[in-house]
Order: sequence, then structure tokens, then C-alpha cells
Amino acid sequence: MTAATIQRNRPSGFRISKRVLPYVLSLPALLVCIGILIPFLTSVVYSFQRYRLSQPWARQVNWGDNYISFFTDPKFWNTLKVSLLYAGTTVVLELLLGLAIALLLQKRSTLNNFISIMLLMPLMTAPALAALMWKLMTNPGFGVLSYLASLIGLQDFRWASSPSTALFTVVLVDIWVYTPFIMILLLAGLRSLPTQPFEAAALDGVPRSFVFFRITLPMLTPYILTATLFRLLDSIQQFDIIYAMTQGGPGDTLTVFQVEAYLNFFQSTNVGRSAALMIILWAITYFLSNIFIKNWLRLRERARGQA
Amino acid sequence: MEHTSLLERILRGVALTLVVIFFMFPIVWIFMMSFQTNETILRIPPQLIFEPTLANYTALITGKLMTAAGTLDIAFMRNLWNSVFLSVTSVAVSLLLGVPAAYAFARHKFRGSEDIAFTLLSFKFAPALLVLLPLTLYFQKLGLANTYIGLIWVYQLICLPLILWIVRGYFEDIPADIEYAYRIGGHSWFATFRKIALPLAGPGIAAAGLLAFIFAWNNFVFALVLASADKQPVTVGALAFITSSGIQYGQISAAIVLSITPTLALALYAQRYLVEGLSLGAVKG
Repeated sequence: MTAATIQRNRPSGFRISKRVLPYVLSLPALLVCIGILIPFLTSVVYSFQRYRLSQPWARQVNWGDNYISFFTDPKFWNTLKVSLLYAGTTVVLELLLGLAIALLLQKRSTLNNFISIMLLMPLMTAPALAALMWKLMTNPGFGVLSYLASLIGLQDFRWASSPSTALFTVVLVDIWVYTPFIMILLLAGLRSLPTQPFEAAALDGVPRSFVFFRITLPMLTPYILTATLFRLLDSIQQFDIIYAMTQGGPGDTLTVFQVEAYLNFFQSTNVGRSAALMIILWAITYFLSNIFIKNWLRLRERARGQA
Repeated sequence: MEHTSLLERILRGVALTLVVIFFMFPIVWIFMMSFQTNETILRIPPQLIFEPTLANYTALITGKLMTAAGTLDIAFMRNLWNSVFLSVTSVAVSLLLGVPAAYAFARHKFRGSEDIAFTLLSFKFAPALLVLLPLTLYFQKLGLANTYIGLIWVYQLICLPLILWIVRGYFEDIPADIEYAYRIGGHSWFATFRKIALPLAGPGIAAAGLLAFIFAWNNFVFALVLASADKQPVTVGALAFITSSGIQYGQISAAIVLSITPTLALALYAQRYLVEGLSLGAVKG
């Protein structure tokens, strides 16, 4: 009804019909993105081809060969294993640490607010540069962390350059960069919880472990889920930290999906295999992001309802 | 309700101190290294007290690097300029494209609008290389390889979904009645958009812009794949710098400090928007 009134009262001049207007407004943004959809479809096509940049003449459709060969390819299983291990370890550790820090900083005070702002700094550091910073600190020649490791008896601890500790090192950098992300989300969640249940529990003298596991944690669950899925989506695709730190090495210790696809494309110029790897990763993230978006929308509605 | 025992307060204090040390130490240490000569850096045990030198910064700014083998030309200032140019332009383009689209998605529930909004959002979660690798081949054919235009276009993948979703939330928070009232007063939709919607969503647009800038600045993989040395931003430039400059660790540190300062400064300046932006507005604290 209101819309009809507006139509009639419209002043003269620049007229666009109300039905077309939203399309006109969103068209430029869509066009830019369609330009990006094309390469996505190209990737699908490549993944079904035998396609090496070094042998363009041998390019042909091989249907599912790229995918089928994965089953018997130990390198692929290594990629899958390392990716899942990396994503799993980083997300679990960051969640525990982030929750612990958020609980420590829960009370609003000048010091706590100041610390929570300071903790934003690692998150705002480019992950690739963060990896370089840690690379300097873990340098066997002069790195301060190598020195500290030697003080506690770890002589010759080789950090990212040894296959046995490379994963540990990149996970450490990931934790340094991304724990603050989980921390600030959970801190915002904690501080937005209603206070009545906690006051009631305190009056009744309910033990604090009970309050934590039966009140705080359940009420915080939507925030924890959002933060976890957000991080999981990001972490399974990690490229910057690992590439900047070790380029997937030593050997193939850290060839996670995106690093392996990058190396396949630029070093062995195997476009077909690289594309197939990315499609598999995309399928994993698509599955995760659907869960994430549903959960996130619910949280958004809730936050909106409270406001 | 403060029944915290002394022991608990001490434990909390110790835990917080450890947290602060873990997260702050790398930044402080690299900052200190950037004011040291190679000689003091290589000393064991590492020195906390040293005579600070600005030599690393002057070397970077003048572009002349002294190494054992002689003078080496470095283009780090070029990388820094590329970062500034790419990030600023990408965010500007993104705002120009994204704000009207966000308004359309917020105000007019047209057919397919949710689907389109979701498709745009899903770009944020898709693996970057899925799109980037075929794009390198296309860019070579189109002559967009290693051009600013090509990079700015691809950077829309980072900036546009972010701006679209954050700004859309802010537009949705403006009561539609205010706009109707203004329009019944005889103003066009464009005047309404400009005079009512834009100013009211202003803080949200600023926050989204800042966050998009930080993400664009921190991006690594896009430029690694699509740009060569003269167009690379600091993230890629610093990596190349490490391999080419040999053992000039002080300069590497200074380069890292220069590269991370802009985003850290922006983050501190805009910290209260960050929570909301990072969670795409999911958590309104």
C-alpha cells in the first residue's frame, strides 16, 4: 500500500521502475562476480582432463582419471591426512585457548579491555608475514626461540626444517595468528549473556564448575559453533602460513590441499591434477560452509531479536 | 559477589601475563630486531640491550642494500606502494559496487535475491586457488596478467562479499518507515538513498571499508599467483626479499615492521568495529 502511494507521489525526473531498481543496483556487483564464476567452471572442466602445461599436445578429456588415480596415490592420502590434521589440531587448540582467554578477560575492566585490544594485533598481521616473523625467530643461527629451546635442553631443535617438528611449528604460528579471532568472538558472546542465571546460581551457592558446564557453556554454544566452523573453513584451506614458512616441505611433510595444488600447477605443471584437488577441497568446504551459514543465520536472527 | 581468593587472583594474573607474552613477544622482538645491526642480531645469547640503529630503515627507504657481496638494489618501497594502491583502489571499487547492491538486498526482497546474496557470500569460503589457477591462464590470454586492473578485479573476491554482507546488515537495521516518510514527502529513491540510508549506515560502511582494507592488505595468494615483482604487494615482496637478501636480518625485520604497521594501526583505531565485522555481523556485542 505504501509502495503504491510512493509511485503516485513520485516527483518528475530520473525514473526507474521499482521492479527493475534492485536489479540495476546489484548488477555491477554481480557482473564482477560472474567473471569469477567462469574460472570456477573452467576448474571443473580441467579436473576431467589430462592437462599438463608442459605437454599441451597431449591434452584430452580423461573423465574421472584424475579422481580415480587419487585412490591409489599415496601423495593424495598424505595431502588429505595433513590437511585434516592441520585443521583439526589448530581449531581444537585455538578453541580451548581462545575460550580460556575469553573467560580470563570476561570481566569488563580497563586492563582487560586493553589486553583484548592488544590481542587483536596478531590477528591483524598478514599470516604470510607472521610466518616470516616466526621464521626469523626460529632461525637455527640466531633465532631467539632456538636459543630458548636450547636453554631448556632442546639442543638442535630444528622447528620448521625438520619433518618431525614442521607441523608443530606451523600449527604454532596458526595458533598465534588466529586464537585472538576465537577469543574476541567468544568474549563478545560471554559479555552478551544475560546475567540473571549467574546471579541466581551465585545466590544458591552453586559450585562454579557446575555453573560453567551447565550454564555458561550451553549458552555460549552458538558462538562456539560459529567460531569453530569459521575457523575450520579457513584452516582446511590454509596456504599463506605453510607456503611462507616451508613451501610445503621439508619433502612433502606439509603439502596441504592448496599448497599441493599450487605446487602441482606451477612446478609439475599438472593442471588436471591440481584442478581435481581443488574440486575435492571445494566439496569439503561447501559442505562445511552450508552448515556454517545455517548456524550463522540463526545466530544473526537471535542477536537481532535481542537488540 | 567477589569471592575470589588470593591464590586464584595470582593464578589469573600469571595466566594473563603468559598470554600477553605469547601474543606480543613476536611483534616486540621483530620490532627490536629492525633496529639492530646484523652483528648484534647474530650474537648469542640474544641481546635485550643494544645500540639502536636506523640503518635498516634508511637502506629500505633509499632502496640500496649493503651486503657482504656489495650493494644490492631493492624495491621494497615499490612493494609498499603496491600494497597501498591495490588495497585502497580495491576497497573503493568494492564500496562503489557493493553499497548499492547491499541496499538492494536489504530493502527489496526481489526474486532470487537471497540466492544471489548467498552465492556472493560463498565466494568468501571457496578455496582461492580453485579460481586463481584457471584465472592465470585466462589473464595471460586477456593481457590482464601482471596488471593492476587484473589484480584489483580479483581483489573484489575478498572485499566485495565482506562489504556486501556487513553493509546489508546495517541497511536492514534502518527502519523502513523513515525512508517511506521521506519518500512520501516527494523525494526520489535516489535522494532517499543519499540523504537517509547512506548517512544512517555510514558507520557500518566505514567499518566494512576498513576491514576490507585490512583483508586486502594482508592477502598473499592472489598476488603470489597473478603478479610479478613490480606489481607485488608487501606480503609477497617480503617473502622474495628473504630469499634474495641473504643474511640481512635487520632489513628483513624492518621490512616486516613497515608491512604490518598500517594494518595494526588501523585495527587499533577501529577496534570496536572489528568484532562485528569479523563475524560478518553475527555477534552484536
